[in-house]
Amino acid sequence: MKPVPLEFTRVTSLEDASTALAAAGDEGRPYAGGQSLGPMLNLRIARPTLLVDLSEVAALNRHEPVDGGMEVGAMSVHSDFEDGKINDVANGLIQHAASGIAYRAVRNRGTIGGSLSHADPAADWPPVMMALDAVAKIYNTAGGYELPISEFINGVLSTVMVPGDILTTVKIPCLSETATWGHYKVCVKPGDFAQSLSVILMDRANKVCRVVVAGPSSPARYMETIPDLLLSTTVWSLGFAETLKETVIRELKQKEFVEPTDRHNLNLHGTVVVRAAKQAMSQ
Amino acid sequence: MSEITLTINEETVTYNVEPRTSLADYIREHHGLTGTHTACEHGVCGACTIILNGKPARSCITLAAAVENSDIRTIEGYAQDVVMDTIRNCFIETHATQCGYCTPGMLATAYDIVTRLPGAGRERIKLELSGNLCRCTGYLQIVDAIQLALSKLAGSSPEKSVPNG
Repeated sequence: MKPVPLEFTRVTSLEDASTALAAAGDEGRPYAGGQSLGPMLNLRIARPTLLVDLSEVAALNRHEPVDGGMEVGAMSVHSDFEDGKINDVANGLIQHAASGIAYRAVRNRGTIGGSLSHADPAADWPPVMMALDAVAKIYNTAGGYELPISEFINGVLSTVMVPGDILTTVKIPCLSETATWGHYKVCVKPGDFAQSLSVILMDRANKVCRVVVAGPSSPARYMETIPDLLLSTTVWSLGFAETLKETVIRELKQKEFVEPTDRHNLNLHGTVVVRAAKQAMSQ
Repeated sequence: MSEITLTINEETVTYNVEPRTSLADYIREHHGLTGTHTACEHGVCGACTIILNGKPARSCITLAAAVENSDIRTIEGYAQDVVMDTIRNCFIETHATQCGYCTPGMLATAYDIVTRLPGAGRERIKLELSGNLCRCTGYLQIVDAIQLALSKLAGSSPEKSVPNG
């Protein structure tokens, strides 16, 4: 349970970090809070020969309001969201989601940028940031680029980034005052990765609704058939809940989010989306 | 090898360690304080929990090199601490230790609960303790202990807990 021998270097600028990581190629890894990478190193699932510590890069340790939302530095730790030290522009969703990530001792070190870059499909931040239509800002020595979180993550434990790319900032749009949300997570015990997680954003005034479902085997995805169904309904009923669940299961089967014969997980995701929807519709 | 300096229990120390050394191994094997326990070594069990710059952290999945110059408090570092003294006495009073392996991590988490959440009820204590595993399964007594410590530190009597369950 010890990492392979490796070099550890601390940098103070994005340029130095990017240069070191680009030179190391697949042998290098950025080190943010280490709360996902640490276990991967100890289990020797990750075997980098170089770690580039980002903790003293000032550009990553900041958060500030911008026009239409908030820019959050990638090194912002989960507990700062949980404690409200970082302004929650999503009417409480961010604070709520942060408090359910792992355990306090992990939240004190784990970072939003590290979590999104690690891209665990059962992690909490990817579906939350997708529901909020957040954008990832990536630095590289060629100038960098921006992508919605849904495109930034392109697979299980996989992002579009190549060696030398560093996620610097997450841009989170402000929700309108009347927007509501639902967040429902099923896990074996508090703090675990989700077996199923759904995050729903409803902004009826602007006719915007985003429904995200996540689980351990496929990257989080937007539900296509559910938003219209939710926007066209104002009163919750058992009959509506049943229709909703059937529609979720039908789409998940079609999109092969889970095996079409996996009735347990189809029912689980269906129920989780229904419960998140009920929460979003009853606020 | 690289020289890494940390302040452990108010003593600043420097050891020449491999960069891959975890904070737990730095504390145990280089500084010789074996009260910080390692068990799962991938951040799940909580036995290695220490206080890092005033906040609980997992020392098994944090590299010593990554927290250079930080302030570490281990279970050996509470000699003059009234809060920890109260928590320890409550652990004794409610029989909250069995084999003792999880206890240093439990105490670090308990310290965080009583200082950060002085109004925590039984359910909140259980939630906050979910990151610390006790394989003797002595959870009820541990929750009792923390509840008792909270009430003693607040100067009141705790809400009645269900006897042994």
